Amino acid sequence: MRQILNTLAPLLLLGFLLSIWEITCRALGVPAYFLPPPSAVALAVAQDAPSLITAAWNTLSVALLALLLASLCAQAVAIIIALSPLLERAVRPLASVLQVTPVVAIAPLVLIWAGIDHPERAVIALAVLVAFFPIFSGAVTGLHAADPDLERLFDLYQASRIQRVLRLQLPSAVPFLLEGHKVGAGLAIIGAVVAEFAAGSGGIRGLAWRILDAGNKLQTARMLAALVVLGVMGVVLHAILNRIEQFGLRWWRGR
Amino acid sequence: MASIVALEQVEVDYPGRGRALGPFSFSVAPAEIVALVGPSGSGKSTALRLLAGLEAPTRGSLERDLGRGETSVVFQAPTLAPWLSAQANVALPLELSGMPKAEALAQAGAALDRVGLSNAWAARPAQLSGGMAMRVSLARALATGPKLLLLDEPFAALDEITRRTLADDVLTLWSQSRPAIVFVTHSVEEAAYMAARVVVLTKGPGRVAGEIEIPGDLPRPKAFRATAGFRQAAEDISSCLAQGAEVVS
Repeated sequence: MRQILNTLAPLLLLGFLLSIWEITCRALGVPAYFLPPPSAVALAVAQDAPSLITAAWNTLSVALLALLLASLCAQAVAIIIALSPLLERAVRPLASVLQVTPVVAIAPLVLIWAGIDHPERAVIALAVLVAFFPIFSGAVTGLHAADPDLERLFDLYQASRIQRVLRLQLPSAVPFLLEGHKVGAGLAIIGAVVAEFAAGSGGIRGLAWRILDAGNKLQTARMLAALVVLGVMGVVLHAILNRIEQFGLRWWRGR
Repeated sequence: MASIVALEQVEVDYPGRGRALGPFSFSVAPAEIVALVGPSGSGKSTALRLLAGLEAPTRGSLERDLGRGETSVVFQAPTLAPWLSAQANVALPLELSGMPKAEALAQAGAALDRVGLSNAWAARPAQLSGGMAMRVSLARALATGPKLLLLDEPFAALDEITRRTLADDVLTLWSQSRPAIVFVTHSVEEAAYMAARVVVLTKGPGRVAGEIEIPGDLPRPKAFRATAGFRQAAEDISSCLAQGAEVVS
């Protein structure tokens, strides 16, 4: 019974809020360009479903590609600096500066560097940049999280630096990497959307472009429809990555 | 008899923590079983790390007549990699020393058989009981054929019955390949039962408070625990421990 209530509670709250929204819009006669009722948004989702799915796929594919590239880069850099404590001390401050720099602020630069004719490259690069840091931080933390007694055993058996990284540090980092990828995936979507906004109409025709396009035409219901699809996509991706994390941790722990 | 490892007037200081051990002199002969007993903080584990070559003394000399892979350590916790099977854990030091994987796994399987875990090759550490995990740790330590086996309170986290069983297992395994064994323990009975010689440390920084030779050949029969020799040895160790605890450093 409690489990059913736990499942129903968020749905009931959502239904309640949507009802309030619908009733308020109708009762006060709020103009549709200002705030359309949920029924109008639902209609927009249904009418635009094919183009919304295409746009969602465009954004998602950019985010997934960015996640893959960020994963490869972050793990490679983390492993390289794990091999050299001096290099790690050199890279850390630079990484921190890049991490706290808002992606919106560097988007115009990346657009120029990627080439005005190739805004899609800039969108991918910006999404990679955003997804990179949680994975990198997780990898660096995880590479230092090996059991100290296992470290001593590797000392005892005179393991080489490469053996230590590949056979001890990298496997020890798996829980941190899984967490980093989960956070990185969410940020990759945010990065892709922000980058699409920065690239404007010349960029990838993803969900951000749909929002911009509908906003320019004052089609607020279509803007909200794109937002709904974006939210659903984020929730589904998060749920999938949660499952992957749980499965990965079960495998890693052996139970 | 020539020693395989010897500490001579060794002292170990840690920055900010002061002296942890010494002056301390100690040596181990081939195939000898020695117990290091002392109060908490007496530097027993530090001494073990010196013997393993994992630390260097601040002062004094350390001589080790041992090559790569000839020293093995079993820690208080089994210290197994959770992502590897029991067999892969045992094979790990062999693979690190350059042995081909298939050969290392075959030797690891044989080592697990020797510690009575024939049916647990594929089990992951999380699926093993505390006693079984410690056996895997023992199998890993013995798989490389060490000349010196160091045990750092290996049975401390186990129940009494498992402790006694594992103590007998260690002695049986010792009789097969006869490595020198140095083990740290808080248990006077364990020291008196397993060791030929017990070295008692004072409270920290540890020095030698006394050495007690335990009568009877190794491995000892289980009935040894009921003999007057065992009781006398346990009493001597306890008395030496009490005196050592009063030593003002």
